[in-house]
Amino acid sequence: MYKYIIRRILIFIPMLFALTIIVFGMAQLAPGDALTGVSLSDPNIDPEVYEIQREAYGLNDPIPVQYFRWISSVAQGDLGNSLVFNGRSVAELIQARLANTVYLGLFSLAITIIVAIPIGIYSARRPYSLLDYSATGFGFIGLAIPNFFFGLIAIYVLSIKLGWFPAQGTLSTPGMTGMEAFIDRIHHMILPGITLGLAGTATYMRYMRSEVLDVLGSDYIRTARAKGMSESNILYKHTLRNALIPIITLMGFEIGVLLSGAVITEQVFQYPGLGTLFLSSVTNRDYPVVMAIAMILGILILVGNLLADIFYSIIDPRIRYD
Amino acid sequence: MKNDPVLEVDQLQTYFYLRDNKVAKAVDGISFSILPGETVAIVGESGSGKSITALSIMKLINKPGRIVEGKILLDGEEIHRLSPKQMTKIRGNDIAMIFQEPMTSLNPVYTIGNQIVEIIRKHQNKSKNEAMERAIQLLKTVGIPRAEEIMKEYPHQLSGGMRQRVMIAMAISCDPKLLIADEPTTALDVTIQAQILDLMVEMKERFQMAVLLITHDIGIVSEYADHVLVMYGGQIVEQASAQVLLKDTKHPYTTGLLESLPNIDEDVDRLGTIKGTVPPAYDFPTGCRFSSRCPHVMEKCKLSNPELIEVDKDHFVRCYLYERKEGQ
Repeated sequence: MYKYIIRRILIFIPMLFALTIIVFGMAQLAPGDALTGVSLSDPNIDPEVYEIQREAYGLNDPIPVQYFRWISSVAQGDLGNSLVFNGRSVAELIQARLANTVYLGLFSLAITIIVAIPIGIYSARRPYSLLDYSATGFGFIGLAIPNFFFGLIAIYVLSIKLGWFPAQGTLSTPGMTGMEAFIDRIHHMILPGITLGLAGTATYMRYMRSEVLDVLGSDYIRTARAKGMSESNILYKHTLRNALIPIITLMGFEIGVLLSGAVITEQVFQYPGLGTLFLSSVTNRDYPVVMAIAMILGILILVGNLLADIFYSIIDPRIRYD
Repeated sequence: MKNDPVLEVDQLQTYFYLRDNKVAKAVDGISFSILPGETVAIVGESGSGKSITALSIMKLINKPGRIVEGKILLDGEEIHRLSPKQMTKIRGNDIAMIFQEPMTSLNPVYTIGNQIVEIIRKHQNKSKNEAMERAIQLLKTVGIPRAEEIMKEYPHQLSGGMRQRVMIAMAISCDPKLLIADEPTTALDVTIQAQILDLMVEMKERFQMAVLLITHDIGIVSEYADHVLVMYGGQIVEQASAQVLLKDTKHPYTTGLLESLPNIDEDVDRLGTIKGTVPPAYDFPTGCRFSSRCPHVMEKCKLSNPELIEVDKDHFVRCYLYERKEGQ
């Protein structure tokens, strides 16, 4: 099993390398360069000044040279400076926002798991019951409603009309600390968290239902019954672990889905995470920031898949030895 | 040997309530009994109700199926009256069952040891270590080499024959009174089939179990069964001791099954077949259920279903061909 995990980690390295090429390539292909984003807003600057600046920044060097300059500084942990925020370092800009996005993602994932898995199991045990039908109905609605639209409705009803939850931000008053701040943060995360997790919850509920139903009808469950095992043993020992195998694989992708969903959801709730920063940086052509965020999101997705593969091998013995 | 039967099934009816008010009479009035140490075989094609009979005895019929009528007595105890919870104490303990598909009958995510220890600890008051020792001993009993190592292995690491041995080890782990084997060798290689059947015979003798062997292979009946029930359309159509049934076959269906077997002593170009297929259990023909496929069908057969009658001592047949003789 360790062999398997080590092999998976080794595959991670070339994938990371490919990711840097894609991120760098996309930034190169995007219209304009690091200077036009700043300069277009200022027609008074002499075009010759750009040329001098381009030369100074090394933007006229051949692309491979630029790539190796970028990747060697990234490898040393230097993500460069923002072109828009008065040259503040990218790392500094990203730091606080990365944490916010990770919290939101984890919170949303937690809601998804807590809601979807028990309901999915219940639906499978009592198919065609009232709760099963309600869950199915909710599932289709959850999948059909776009994130941003649900977010807007949630803000209008639950925040503006009912005033139960704050509509935006992460903290009511800056400078809160301790337990109070923690609870306030959670309070702020509920609406964006549910919005972000809506589609995932619906998907996992459906998957869990069909997986559990499938496993309950399998031969080895019949064997367990013939052995006289109790219903709870059959459900929690024999069924659950098998039903979770495909769910775990999906979870690996879910990290990517959550992060990309976060770009839009954060925008709707004006939540200061990577998503809002990413959108504003794209608009401002702040390529160092865009590249850094794309790299981080890419790495998180790769890590998500790596974790899924590792969990997968723990839960399913058939994977380990192949 | 005691003469009280281990298992008595009396007028068992298991119906499946399908959509559009269709009722599939999968098992329709089956009665038989098994004496201690006896092997009774149920023979029939797919869809004749053999497996449903077995699952009914285990009370493992799922919705929309239900045992509608009938008594099931295990050592005189009316187990058809027991609650699902009480049944968990019977299953695996007094009645054990092995299935057709050894490839999928073991849980893929738990070790062999885990799955054997589980049943021992469920029914017997043993510590984990005692149960482990017992499991290793059982694996050795069923002829598995390297038992200690196999305990830690997963089902996918074993061959089909080995898995079926594990299933047998599990089945005999709590000294059941009755072992139900539902087509235990159908999914195995021919060379392994005999080994597994011989192992079952050995275990039966060693542990004094009664065996209910379900098979569609009438060929293995002569060698392994004492008594045979031939099922068709959820009913018994012929019932006799194995010897009598094979020598003095009465029912056209049984004859058809026997003719479809290759015989090493005869040189034939073509094996016999029974034309058509088993009709679905919700759509049996009125009259004799075999009438749609029977080579000897008469007008009478299409009108009413014959009763199961005793044509010789302990030889029962459900066919009008023999009722006529009876009247003479």
